[in-house]
Amino acid sequence: MTAVASTVTVRVLLFASYAELLGSDALELVLESPARVSDALARLRAFPGGARLPAKPLCALNLTQVEPDTLLGAGDELAILPPLSGG
Amino acid sequence: MTSLRSFRPFRVAEPVYLTADVIDLGALLAQVQSPRYGGIASFLGSVRDHQDGRSVLRLEYSAYDPMAEAECGRIVREAQSQWDCVIALKHRTGTLQIGDVAVAIVAASAHRDEAFAACRYVIEEVKRRVPIWKREVFVDGTVEWVGAGTAGQQSGGAVEQAISEHGAD
Repeated sequence: MTAVASTVTVRVLLFASYAELLGSDALELVLESPARVSDALARLRAFPGGARLPAKPLCALNLTQVEPDTLLGAGDELAILPPLSGG
Repeated sequence: MTSLRSFRPFRVAEPVYLTADVIDLGALLAQVQSPRYGGIASFLGSVRDHQDGRSVLRLEYSAYDPMAEAECGRIVREAQSQWDCVIALKHRTGTLQIGDVAVAIVAASAHRDEAFAACRYVIEEVKRRVPIWKREVFVDGTVEWVGAGTAGQQSGGAVEQAISEHGAD
């Protein structure tokens, strides 16, 4: 009898070209805890269209830019940001 | 799977820097004018009708609203702490036609040097850091996300990010 692994559920937001790649602008991921931004990205890459995401896309966790090794917490909002083009 | 209802996504309480409406330059000017300030510099970025030799019909702007608001606020505060100035900033979202103003900045300071410097700082940082995207709709019917073509080479981090030169420069 193995212990049930604890999970962390995060909300993922996709924008602009990445939303078109994945065919969705918001989804949720249930990841094995502890989970990092890079784990969420790896999961996204397994989605249809997700393989075309760049190796290290710009990511924001709860509105602040983060690196791929950042730990995710339950209920976090992880945004995957295509190259910015405001102005 | 947990219900999405368990999440409370970030919302913008009251947008300060983003607007879906035409930017009112007079209102921005009124926001910063003061007897203290003798130099007022402004920058307007408007939608250009061409890009790399191709004719542009219109641009469609979208944003990660709560982060864009937060980042604009940080940029404005940085400028106001670096120079003795007051900044007004607005960025449009939605569909913009040729000639429409996409971004407007007004910087007021005691003297022109600070006003120009602060205004320049704000537009450069907005283009570099604020999560806003634009999609070009060309006259020939093609549609492209600006900057998406370089996504494969993107190394992450706004600092390294290639900044598109299109749109409101």
